[in-house]
Amino acid sequence: MTWSEMQPLLSQGCWDTLYMVGWSALIAVAVGTPLGVLLVLTDRGGLLQNTPVNKVVGFVVNVARSFPFLILLVALIPFTRMVVGTSLGAEAMVVPLSIGAIPFFARLVETAVREVDHGLVEAVQSMGGSTWTVVRKALLPQSLPSLVSGITTTIIALIGYSAMAGTVGGGGLGALAISYGYQRFESDFMIVTVALLVVLVVLVQLIGDLIVSALARRGTGRAPTRLLGRPRPRTAEAEPAAS
Amino acid sequence: MITTTGLTKVYASRGREVTALDGVDLHVREGEVYGVIGQSGAGKSSLIRCINLLERPTTGTVSVDGVDLTALAGRGPRAGKELRAARTRIGMVFQHFNLLSSRTVQDNVELPLEILGVTGRDRTRKALELLDLVGLADKAKSYPAQLSGGQKQRVGIARALAGDPKVLLSDEATSALDPETTRSILQLLRDLNQQLGLTVLLITHEMDVVKTVCDSAALMQNGRIVEAGTVSEILATPGSELARTLFPVGGEPSGADRTVVDVTFHGDAAAQPVISQLARTYNIDISILGAAMDTVAGKQIGRMRIELPGRFEENVVPIGFLREQGLQVEVAGEEPVLVKEGAK
Repeated sequence: MTWSEMQPLLSQGCWDTLYMVGWSALIAVAVGTPLGVLLVLTDRGGLLQNTPVNKVVGFVVNVARSFPFLILLVALIPFTRMVVGTSLGAEAMVVPLSIGAIPFFARLVETAVREVDHGLVEAVQSMGGSTWTVVRKALLPQSLPSLVSGITTTIIALIGYSAMAGTVGGGGLGALAISYGYQRFESDFMIVTVALLVVLVVLVQLIGDLIVSALARRGTGRAPTRLLGRPRPRTAEAEPAAS
Repeated sequence: MITTTGLTKVYASRGREVTALDGVDLHVREGEVYGVIGQSGAGKSSLIRCINLLERPTTGTVSVDGVDLTALAGRGPRAGKELRAARTRIGMVFQHFNLLSSRTVQDNVELPLEILGVTGRDRTRKALELLDLVGLADKAKSYPAQLSGGQKQRVGIARALAGDPKVLLSDEATSALDPETTRSILQLLRDLNQQLGLTVLLITHEMDVVKTVCDSAALMQNGRIVEAGTVSEILATPGSELARTLFPVGGEPSGADRTVVDVTFHGDAAAQPVISQLARTYNIDISILGAAMDTVAGKQIGRMRIELPGRFEENVVPIGFLREQGLQVEVAGEEPVLVKEGAK
């Protein structure tokens, strides 16, 4: 297979993969975040302590997470057909990918939010803040670095899942690797697609890490990483107490 | 300004019940700095959290500035709108500052203003004013991690003042600070109390805090207030445990057949040469076992433990002389008359 033959296939595959991963990551974050916060709030000793809700949501999340993705993919075909109108192609794959990623991300959100110091919750409450204010002003902003690294992990997991989605007609780089590389023994093609996936994963991880370290650096007074340009001089430094 | 009646708090954990507060009646007057002192586990933290209902008292009532907060709280575990509105008028500072590390100093001070719905330029102006008030105008754009402990607590105080509260609750605000920083923070609280007429309720386990800033104090033990009153009342109370801890005078009698007398000097009496007068008038030898002078709540106070030769019966006249000089005299070994105000 020549490069001119591969090129259009690869660019379509790349696009399909990005499409599937992008949309499903977006949906997973949009739905998983409130779900994760809900798990923390309704837990014992939480602000909205509610054992039945907590148990039910926790159970659903656990069940969804224990499904092997391939099984979930197949099991959801009727549902996907109902939502998108078809069970083939990148658009259709967004449905099972999202449903697989939501509980995964919800657990990551739960862990991140649980880490936030209870003192901050108390502080916001003492100012007259409602539970919603606590979530919006304290829990989410304070756990933002962990949330971002959770998003990175989720996107990378989704890239892996999306390759699997190729096997049931999902399109994307995974589908190309299987139908051309594996089934037609085009080793060159296989190598190129896998290399592209590796590049994609490395890139996502790198961007995620950069954002996390930029967020975590806020306030520590350390100089920014050189990767992003010249180091700025430290403007405000810790010094002994005034007066 | 702050009144609690019959406040109890019982925690149920794993089937066991722990009583943190056992019928606390607290009365804090407007414009005073009131210190609640006690060891850890005495119930101080529960008490201060019950004042703004971060903890729901099991029974009893809390009223702040004439508003019965326990009535506003309703039955559910969540704080309703009215209680939240009331909380905006009660500032609170914490031992570990509880600043949001993701926000700048200025944004931390703006947080309560955001909750109050203050927007735009008003919010910025107010936050900068408050930072100026606590002496941190130049740190507005810094992050909490770039500040020292004392500076962080100043930010905490500025933040607590954002809603123009009449009452400030201080939960061991200086316990995580070194002695010098503690003094500067206490001075700041004192200044705010005087400049803004702010009523301050602070809990602490450090006697020095009470000595330095408090007008009134209460001693907590096992969930109860065992002694309470203004600092000068407490020091004037014979046999007061709080007075003894606030102002310890040591020294053991050198032998039998001696009378040990604790003398407390207040105000003018502190400047009189009473002991040498006593020795000259009655021609007796006086040994000083221990003595201390200090400034408590802005007043000079002296305490001295002296030893007179002979039994109590032989020293009735000299002791009477000391009492005549307006001194507070306690004879060791005699059962003191306890006057416990507000104690339960």
